[in-house]
Amino acid sequence: MNYEPGTKVATRDAYGETLAELGREMPELVVLDADLSSSTKTAAFAKQFPERFFNMGIAEANMIGHAAGLAASGKVPFASTFAVFATGRVYDQLRTSVCYPALGVKVAATHAGLTVGEDGASHQANEDIALARALPNMTVVVPADANETRDAVRAAAKRRGPFYLRLGRPAVPVLAIAQAMAGGEAGAPFELGRLRVLREGTDVGIMACGYMVHEALKAAELLAAGGVSAGVIDVHTIKPLDKEGVTAAARRYGCLVTAEEHSVIGGLGSAVAETVGESYPVPVIRVGVADRFGESGTPDALLKAYGLTAEHIRDAAGRAMAARKG
Amino acid sequence: MPTLTTDLQQKAKVLRRHVVRMVGEAGSGHPGGSLSAADLVAALYFHFLNVDPARPGWPERDRFVLSKGHAAPVLYAALAERGFFPSETLWTLRKLGSILQGHPDMRKTPGVEASTGSLGQGLSVAGGMALAGRLSTLDYRVYALLGDGEMQEGQVWEAAMSAAQFKLDNLTAIIDFNGVQLDGLVENIVGVEPVADKWRAFGWDVQEINGHDMDQIVKALEAARQVRGRPQAIVAHTVKGKGVSFMEGLAAWHGKAPSREQMAQALAELE
Repeated sequence: MNYEPGTKVATRDAYGETLAELGREMPELVVLDADLSSSTKTAAFAKQFPERFFNMGIAEANMIGHAAGLAASGKVPFASTFAVFATGRVYDQLRTSVCYPALGVKVAATHAGLTVGEDGASHQANEDIALARALPNMTVVVPADANETRDAVRAAAKRRGPFYLRLGRPAVPVLAIAQAMAGGEAGAPFELGRLRVLREGTDVGIMACGYMVHEALKAAELLAAGGVSAGVIDVHTIKPLDKEGVTAAARRYGCLVTAEEHSVIGGLGSAVAETVGESYPVPVIRVGVADRFGESGTPDALLKAYGLTAEHIRDAAGRAMAARKG
Repeated sequence: MPTLTTDLQQKAKVLRRHVVRMVGEAGSGHPGGSLSAADLVAALYFHFLNVDPARPGWPERDRFVLSKGHAAPVLYAALAERGFFPSETLWTLRKLGSILQGHPDMRKTPGVEASTGSLGQGLSVAGGMALAGRLSTLDYRVYALLGDGEMQEGQVWEAAMSAAQFKLDNLTAIIDFNGVQLDGLVENIVGVEPVADKWRAFGWDVQEINGHDMDQIVKALEAARQVRGRPQAIVAHTVKGKGVSFMEGLAAWHGKAPSREQMAQALAELE
């Protein structure tokens, strides 16, 4: 399915719709859920392919184990639950049963980050990228919008090995990614492990993932109004990170800002800082959730309160440019 | 039947000898829970499991998941005796670069079906394999061997519930009920009794046997394959360290290697 730029679609919805499409194309595709199928949007697949859908009940560890067994027996399992349960609650199962033997379990984790909103801190996974990223053999992807989600789900189904796909709860803008990319690399398709330059600039590079790509694009507009030329880079694949692309951005801009709906510990910002620290050291200012738990509130109110808006990115860009040497 | 029983008893003795030597040579490992499971593993690998060492990934093969992964030595001994790799490989257990890791690694060892070692996870993985078999209309069976101490892990009961819900009659769980865990007697730590009643209450077909009586083991595994519409649990009462007099029933031998002298004595007892 193609999603029209300018409309708003939740990435979890795009996931559910793509799963149902893939179900027709891939007889080996199976889907597991842990009593959240109407929220994770696997319900559409369940309705169309009931014999290939397994509702494991409120038993996430058992779900991941079953997914491992299915993957070891030739199936392509997608296992879904909220991000907070899809990582921390099943970390040892992901580690021992899935990642150690490099089994092709696709964990589609919805309701990630602060924008879960009103459910509060118990349900706001701000550490899941860090957890997933630390596991050997794991691929970690955070799509920016519905079209990128569609492409990522398809890529996950085809890629060998464990996969962590991070999705959000609220409807978010469908970005004009294809149009933006057409300027640089005519119609460049989504490619795992390859970042996407959405806007070229000269003064500061903003690297973002997930919903924060939208805020980064808005920040670039704010910066342009103040005479600053900012590049915006969509880093959908956190692992394996496009180290060449990140290093090229460090070289080009001499200072970077990262933006993610995740703790500043262990996520995109860490991955970028680790990379440029070894390849081409430049200032990296991380926009993300500080080392603290969230709370209840509307998604918009939380993003403002926790410093995850275009204005915060703009201010971080100022700090990054000030910290740049020479 | 007498011939089969005698053959399997002989195989179990070979496995026990291998276990003692492997752990002795390695200088570390888990002899107690390997020895308690030797008769069960012998019956599976030398009579019941439809596996082919020439094609370890054959889609129609039966699967054996060693959920109590620390009993890896007895599994490796069976795989070597079954021809998955040369028996000389057994003496590389736990050494750098060996295909025989301290706990089972399905990517390194031919014939190992699941990577285990963190307790409580194997039955879920076995459940997934059983579901896959049904989906693919392959009539293979899946066996999972669990420890009694392992039943303290909550995930075991999640898997017990879902297997009954999904009516996985191609799945058999075998409980190596040796009554001893690392820190002491299971009943003095967090007791798991009544074990048979628990599995029954979770919707499983349950048999309770002496896990060192080969006749009973063979009959129970035969009966399990005939059950329709329900997964089966075989609660096998065993003795930790079975076959080596100074190891029997002692928690101290859960995870300790015998010295050279102890190894010689154990091997003499297993002649």
